[in-house]
Amino acid sequence: MKKFKENLSGRIFLLFALSSISALALITVFIVVRGIPIISDVGIMDFVFGMNWAPTEGEYGIFPMIVGTVAVSLGAGLIGVPIGLCCSIFLSEFAPPFITTVFRPAIQLLAGIPSVVYGFWGLIFIVPLIRDYLGGPGLSILAASIILAIMILPTVVSISEVSLLALPRQYKEGALALGLTHWQTIRCVMLPAAKSGIVAAVILGIGRAIGETMAVIMIVGNAVAMPESILDPVRTLTTNIGIEMGYATGIHQEALFATGIILFVVIMILNATAQYITRKKSG
Amino acid sequence: MSENNIKIEIKNFSFYYGQKQVIHDLNLKIHKNEIMSFFGPANGGVTTLLRSLNRLFELNHNTRSEGDILIDGESIFDPDASVTELRRKVGMVFEIPTPLPLSIFDNVAYGPRLNKKKSKDEINEVVEQAIKQAALWDDVSDRLRAPAMSLSGGQQQRLCIARVLALKPEVIILDRACSGLDPISTAKIEESLTKLKKQFTIVIAPHNVQQAMRISDRAAFMLMGYLVEAGADIFTHPQDQRTDDYITGRFG
Amino acid sequence: MKLKINARTSEYIAKGFIWGAAMSVMIVLVAIIVYILVKGLPVINFSFLTTNPYNMGRSGGIASTIVGTIYITVVAIIIAVPFGIGTAFYLAEYTQENIITRIIRFSAESLAGIPSIIYGLFGYIFFVMYMGMGWSILAGGLTLAFMILPTIIRTSEEAIRAVPHIYREVSFSLGGTKWQTIIKTVFPSAIQGIVNGIILSIGRCIAETAAVIFTAGSVLSMPGSLFDSTRTMAVHFYILASEGISMDNAYGTAALLIIIIFLINVIVNALVNRFISKSK
Repeated sequence: MKKFKENLSGRIFLLFALSSISALALITVFIVVRGIPIISDVGIMDFVFGMNWAPTEGEYGIFPMIVGTVAVSLGAGLIGVPIGLCCSIFLSEFAPPFITTVFRPAIQLLAGIPSVVYGFWGLIFIVPLIRDYLGGPGLSILAASIILAIMILPTVVSISEVSLLALPRQYKEGALALGLTHWQTIRCVMLPAAKSGIVAAVILGIGRAIGETMAVIMIVGNAVAMPESILDPVRTLTTNIGIEMGYATGIHQEALFATGIILFVVIMILNATAQYITRKKSG
Repeated sequence: MSENNIKIEIKNFSFYYGQKQVIHDLNLKIHKNEIMSFFGPANGGVTTLLRSLNRLFELNHNTRSEGDILIDGESIFDPDASVTELRRKVGMVFEIPTPLPLSIFDNVAYGPRLNKKKSKDEINEVVEQAIKQAALWDDVSDRLRAPAMSLSGGQQQRLCIARVLALKPEVIILDRACSGLDPISTAKIEESLTKLKKQFTIVIAPHNVQQAMRISDRAAFMLMGYLVEAGADIFTHPQDQRTDDYITGRFG
Repeated sequence: MKLKINARTSEYIAKGFIWGAAMSVMIVLVAIIVYILVKGLPVINFSFLTTNPYNMGRSGGIASTIVGTIYITVVAIIIAVPFGIGTAFYLAEYTQENIITRIIRFSAESLAGIPSIIYGLFGYIFFVMYMGMGWSILAGGLTLAFMILPTIIRTSEEAIRAVPHIYREVSFSLGGTKWQTIIKTVFPSAIQGIVNGIILSIGRCIAETAAVIFTAGSVLSMPGSLFDSTRTMAVHFYILASEGISMDNAYGTAALLIIIIFLINVIVNALVNRFISKSK
């Protein structure tokens, strides 16, 4: 009887675990089933590399949005990653304890603020600044990049800080004992040693930028056209879904799910890469 | 010693972690109401042997044993035998004090409560008796509800002994249980052990040779997974040169 | 000699740069929060919290959106917590690393990285359409449950793994079964970390927009049942702000959201600190 109960508890936990995985399977299946028909109708090449998005006229090319997504998230990475890395070095190496006790919760708070609030703040603050001082409509790749850079900070900071703090103390002590300065120790010993964690942090941060929707909708302009400069408005894969999902029906809706598939695949590749990098380190 | 005085019989016992053999074909009998010491340098297989007596090694994956261990003539590896019953019968005190993050009372009551049939009064009685047996009652009787972590190291280790005694075991295993303690706490524990052996069989891994000499009725010297020799006069008349060398400190 | 000066100079430059970056992040954070609070706090009063919005949200308060947010969050938590904790216990206690745990962990981590808009798409096609729930609290809550599941799995697993292994050995050595060991020793020691994960997930539910707008809809009236459509505070804010319906009410809603998120963070940190000081 006791043995039976023991096995039962294990089985129940396994059941929970299996249900959790099937969630991923379920999401994949339903998005793919809904989006695949249009991709096969239009053709994967024409869908991905098509320049025109005009659902009402039966044109489904998402290349400008792919360019938009890449531009916006690359911009976010270029701004956000260095700042985030600095913050994590600051937290793990330089910050006096009383600042750490404020700074770390502050970064957490940054992660908790609703994305629509960021978008709104960008609309009120960043967009007019860009419009007045740099020109263009303000709603632009640059505006979205700046806001996304702020939004990915918590991801970049927390993961890279953890990998810095996880380094054995001997690394640092050994380097300092050899007469390196603090900064040389960080640059030549600690950062290289924590490289895989930092790379994973960057990848996951970029992944967040690619996936963000609501904040981007509010500040990126959403024009379906190839951008010529970072001051031009673009549309990203996520905003395409976010904007048109409300009214799309039939084939148009399928096209949005197909956009979702592309997004899904990109994110899965990024995640798998990040997981592979961190796993290789620990394994 | 007559045959019916034997509490534990270890027969051709070998133990493996993966491919690595850490105990080699060990044969030994442990008598009732004695303190039996297993000593030797690190990696001698002592801890593994002690953890085999209550099958605690099963928590580690990728382990395998050969041979048999009998308690009161019954194999502890019998597929029909209950491993939880075995562990109640063979209580274990660990190397470092390991109070659970509970109150003093709840720590001692942890074992008895796992057996649901006991009433509150019975548990109170068992707990009080166990704490008294472990010579801890005077220290804690007025603060049984305080967290166990608030006790000193020596008190914590006596609490762990009380926790084992509350199981009403037949055998008590102490795995280097005094290694982190000061001499006074160690003396207290050794004193209670000599009292406790009247009721229990005690198997101990002392933390050094001197402790083994002080408290054991019989002792066994283990080296690299082999039992070199065992006996009551191992310290005065070692049969094996290696035992002599170890006891006199020529290696260690 | 020259090298030494260079090393020292670069030390100063690097330090200055790092401090500068960290401080500017603080300034941006403060700027966002202060701006929203200054504009929004004056709007928040008792009637703003207790009256329903009318005229598209142009006038009235936000009572129905508060209720909608609570309903959706509660549904998500009730569904996700048992599955999340159960999965975490399976991963941490019942298996060694093998192909199944690797698949489960990979799934959990992948689920964590999927953008919320994908959850929105999925929730729409699966719960709203396929299961026939329509735009409803139930569909929205279930979608969010999928979304927060990986967070709960990961935080719970970390909390369970943080419980010292010796506690388990002690419990087993005292004759405890696996189940008794988990219930009486591991779970109580891990509960704090598990609760942290849950509270963080509540924060994510409250803040989420993309995944709920397509699954719970945006109906403004007070929801009567789980099958009614509702509008959460975050969605309400988005619609008010992006369509320019009422800036005052938008700021008020945003301020309230930020206060709630702030409180949630304070609670989590208090719990973590209590946990750290207790384990010391």
